[in-house]
Amino acid sequence: MSGFTGFAVRRTVSAVLTLLALSVIIYVVFYATPGNVAQITCGPRCSPEQVHQVAQQLRLDDPLYLRYWHFLQGMVVGHDYSTGTSVEHCPAPCLGLSYQSDQQVTQIILNKLPVSLSLVVGGMVLWLLLGVGTGVLSAWRRGRFSERALTGVTLAGVATPAFVIGLVLMIVVCGQLELLPFPEYVPFSDDPEQWMWGLLLPWVTLALGEAAYFARLTRASMLETLAEDHIRTFRAYGVGERSIVGRHALRGALAPIIALNANDFGSAVGGAVLIESLFGLPGIGQELVHAVTVVDLPVVVGMVLVIGFFVVLANAVADVLYAVADRRVVLA
Amino acid sequence: MSEALVAAEIPGATAPGISGARQFWRRLRAQRAAMVAAGVVALLVLVALAAPLLTALEGQDPTTYHPSLVDSARGGVPIGSFGGVSGDHWLGVEPQTGRDLFARLVYGARVSLGVALGATAVQVLLGVVVGVAAALGNRWVDQLLSRVTDIIVAMPLMIMALALLAIVPENFPRPILVALVIGFVAWGTIGKIARAQTLTLKELDYVAAARLSGWGTWRIARRELLPGLAAPVITYAALMVPANISIEASLSFLGVGVKPPTASWGQMLSSANVWYQAAPQYLLLPAAALFVTVLALTVLGDGVRTALDPRAASRLRVGTGRKREARSDLSGAAEPGPANAKEAIS
Amino acid sequence: MSLVHVTDLTVEFGDLRAVDGLSFTLAPGAALALVGESGSGKSTVASALLGLHRGTGARVSGSVGVAGVDVQQASDDELRRLRGAKAAMVFQDPLSSLDPYYAIGDQIAEVYRVHTRVSRRTARARAVEVLDRVGIPDAVRRSRSRPHEFSGGMRQRALIAMALACEPELLIADEPTTALDVTVQAQILDLLHTLRQETGMGLLLVTHDVGVAAESVDDVLVMRHGRTVEHGPVGTVLGAPAQAYTRELLAAVPRVDAPRVTSGGSGAGVSGGSAVGASGGSGGGASGGSGASGGSGGGAFGGSGEGAAEAAPEVVLEPAPEVVLEAVGLRREFGRGKRAFAAVDGVSLTVRRGETLGVVGESGSGKTTLGRMLVGLLEPTAGQVRHDGHARVGVNPAVQMVFQDPVSSLNPRRSVGESIADPIRARGERDEQRIRGRVRELLERVGLEGAHYDRYPHEFSGGQRQRVGIARALAADPRVIVCDEPVSALDVTTQAQVVALLGELQRELGLALVFVAHDLAVVRQVSDRVAVMRRGRIVEEGPADEVYDSPRDAYTKQLLTAVPALDPEIAARRRAERGAVAVS
Repeated sequence: MSGFTGFAVRRTVSAVLTLLALSVIIYVVFYATPGNVAQITCGPRCSPEQVHQVAQQLRLDDPLYLRYWHFLQGMVVGHDYSTGTSVEHCPAPCLGLSYQSDQQVTQIILNKLPVSLSLVVGGMVLWLLLGVGTGVLSAWRRGRFSERALTGVTLAGVATPAFVIGLVLMIVVCGQLELLPFPEYVPFSDDPEQWMWGLLLPWVTLALGEAAYFARLTRASMLETLAEDHIRTFRAYGVGERSIVGRHALRGALAPIIALNANDFGSAVGGAVLIESLFGLPGIGQELVHAVTVVDLPVVVGMVLVIGFFVVLANAVADVLYAVADRRVVLA
Repeated sequence: MSEALVAAEIPGATAPGISGARQFWRRLRAQRAAMVAAGVVALLVLVALAAPLLTALEGQDPTTYHPSLVDSARGGVPIGSFGGVSGDHWLGVEPQTGRDLFARLVYGARVSLGVALGATAVQVLLGVVVGVAAALGNRWVDQLLSRVTDIIVAMPLMIMALALLAIVPENFPRPILVALVIGFVAWGTIGKIARAQTLTLKELDYVAAARLSGWGTWRIARRELLPGLAAPVITYAALMVPANISIEASLSFLGVGVKPPTASWGQMLSSANVWYQAAPQYLLLPAAALFVTVLALTVLGDGVRTALDPRAASRLRVGTGRKREARSDLSGAAEPGPANAKEAIS
Repeated sequence: MSLVHVTDLTVEFGDLRAVDGLSFTLAPGAALALVGESGSGKSTVASALLGLHRGTGARVSGSVGVAGVDVQQASDDELRRLRGAKAAMVFQDPLSSLDPYYAIGDQIAEVYRVHTRVSRRTARARAVEVLDRVGIPDAVRRSRSRPHEFSGGMRQRALIAMALACEPELLIADEPTTALDVTVQAQILDLLHTLRQETGMGLLLVTHDVGVAAESVDDVLVMRHGRTVEHGPVGTVLGAPAQAYTRELLAAVPRVDAPRVTSGGSGAGVSGGSAVGASGGSGGGASGGSGASGGSGGGAFGGSGEGAAEAAPEVVLEPAPEVVLEAVGLRREFGRGKRAFAAVDGVSLTVRRGETLGVVGESGSGKTTLGRMLVGLLEPTAGQVRHDGHARVGVNPAVQMVFQDPVSSLNPRRSVGESIADPIRARGERDEQRIRGRVRELLERVGLEGAHYDRYPHEFSGGQRQRVGIARALAADPRVIVCDEPVSALDVTTQAQVVALLGELQRELGLALVFVAHDLAVVRQVSDRVAVMRRGRIVEEGPADEVYDSPRDAYTKQLLTAVPALDPEIAARRRAERGAVAVS
């Protein structure tokens, strides 16, 4: 097991390094752009005095690496912003100030995060169940009509952009059939039941596209395993098809499913942005779209970093799980 | 992370070459679904290319407002049945503005396909250059490029594209900009594939033989390595085209991609969002166009993959993260392996 | 009643008729070997005995009876009850034949529970019992390990244990030792022999290796193109073959106990004489332990300065041809930090003009790494390679290589003529006419046709591709060719032809050859001198006949007794010897 601990530690270190590298890239791309950064950051309606103050707070006179260092410092130990007369304290993971909305970026994100987490986590549970289930079923029924039907459906699912699925679902289910209320976000702590009903359609929308993708992956991965030599061994020893598919083939397909789930987490977050905008859910995706539209740089940078954090975290967790599923990874 | 996965997705190293081109067409033609999809794609491309002709035939253009065709009293709903379908306006008009829908749809095809193809070209170019450089470069070059590739692969490309679109100047031609942005945020997987395949290829004995014959690195890369990259890269690129169409549509839907007055399917859906009850065809037309296009391209991409990699005949090939010993293992597993893969050409 | 009864068996895959009207029987407790080259249909027969072709699209006709079950007519359930319980199969590649995700013991227990209604606990106990039975030490603990934690030989033992679990009446072994080293092969064959004696089960052995068959069975059935060529007691078929094909096959099998047959008498004599002197020097350096290898390392560092010329061998006998290739204290490490290990660990050797140096060793001995360093494809971590006394780094047209794998050694996208022309073009030749002419000449020289210039590798058989590889090596006008397992991927008759071609070319062109291989018999057939490698070092080096007939090193002795003999009586004697070596 010591080899395993070592692997987990190495993976964590690598995740932290990746995050650092990401923050450097993001910072350079966004704060070293041509044009008046202070003016852009402050917003179009700012007075020259305000712009000057922003420039001072962003330390635009310092070289880039020093500015980045301050930014990093803010994330680790917090930051104090002097506004001339008073001092505003921005506590530990400080991602800067949004001058356009006059709020701390961390605060904006924290306010919106529960919505997005509810959406993505709920959706993930759904797409894993739906996707892996369908995939196993079509590997089991391979060559028959039911498999072809499933393959066609999943192909259509993969081919349709999430927001198109969402639009159609909303029009049909909420508009025409009136089976569900139009989606809205009710905090879980306020009313768990309303929370669930309000998110049901967004979950399904997010899950359908991803599930189709997973069904294809699971099926492919299981068929791959079924073609391997050790499956032949168990057939030659009289082991039944149920055990071969359900025990040996599924076990072989598990590791790639875990790995792809992490990879896919990223694309699901992207999908969540669309779904939040579509259904008007006040999550970080919607906020990001807003920030991009009005060019609120600190918010954009903060959002990208926070999303990057979650994606890197998901990948690291998946790698460790992958290693648990396939011990040989540790040895390699 | 999913290094092995990417490697395993690559069609076999014995992919077809000159002699295999004919085989490729034969295998592609043998797949009915892929051929139907190819027909649909060809038709779409034709429509996109002939957009000015088609709209001239209809006698309309995509940007002229027709205020007389919408009922301003009811908030701008098109006058007439089925959203104002008539001999002049084959598919009706846009609510509020009265712009011709048929014209916008066919011009939208230009944008969708053009942006997707452009983005794919950028992705292939960047990915192959970075991947091959990482595989052939020394340890530090490889470390650096691979880490950057990892970040590009991991980060949600929607998010990155959104963020990038925030800081670019407004006056840049929007479709070209969107193509570039999509290209720049989504080349990671091709980069990984190119690197993995190059590493595999340069371990092959025929590359060693070429070195022994006295050729230099550049000639070996051109003659022996690059042709071997074609099959996996084409396979993946074929699947990237529909994905890029979806991304463009998504960005335009969010209002940060292609912006009016330029027509794009995603942009049309974005404006149609609020009109679905009053003018459903305004929403359904671009949605259907998008669905058909992406589906046809995906089926075609699957077909190309199957034709390039016969082992995938009945399934998508996704590996189990395990590499089989290519050789019969008689010369020893502990001898030159992936660990010293770097030596072979540097 | 017979245990296996096959009548008029025909198996077709699409247009290909793999088995064509084959009939044979096997009495309970008897052992039969199906021997044949690749494509003879022998493995297809083995699969047919368990009905494994069912549902794969293959067309099977004729009748197959195994342990009282009519395999062709049986229901799926009846077939399942036959498989594993009455007839069990052992496959070629033990690593891929076991599920990588489950412990060995659990896999055996699973199979056992399919056929017996017992508790998990009982099945697990049975798994440990059979693992112990096949000689896996500490079976209780090892039963919890996964396949990749076992060595190749141990995995094959585990697979045999799985086969034993339900006490089958018939064991079908499909190339059970092909993926294994020769010493491990001997152990597995001995194990099968002992198990047969103790359990009285019947054995159907499928193999391409006549020696393996001679070691293990009572009867032999020689197959070709899906048909029986010859069938009879092993002593008769191998001792006095009645059919031309059997004779041809046997003639092609290299013998480890027969001296090298050379047609050019005088040349071999000279090089043999010189080899004795040379081996005295370099052999001592290599096997002399750490002190000697330290010394050669020092020599290497001196040589990297200006002293390359003076580092010529101290022991020089005058009629000996000049040394064309020399390795001094070669060492090569892979991996870094804690995982670093030396694949080649201080090897020194010399190759003279016109002679063949055989390098023989099992997997992991470092022989391939050594070969790649000799041609300059790999840079040594320490030590140096010298051509004609001059230290060299990197590749050099004068030292060429013939590769093991006839598939991967030719670019599938280029015509074979273009591949062969590479060294000529790289030299700067621009005249297309001359290039084509030279390539044609080379193609004809290696036994192909000049018109093959524009063909692609997939149009050739394995043996022909290997000839193309030889032509490409010759195109560079080399002085030395390093052959890395050049015939191990080929059938035995093709193998003999390629070996003969190499010998001819050597005599004609005065080439020096380094012949790297795992097969002791092949190495003896081609080599003047032989170096035996183990764990990155040369343990013994000397004239071929000396090394083979009176080996000094214990490991060499062990290797030699492990080689299967063609004569069943000698095989039995060897088995006894192996017991003695193992004990000592």
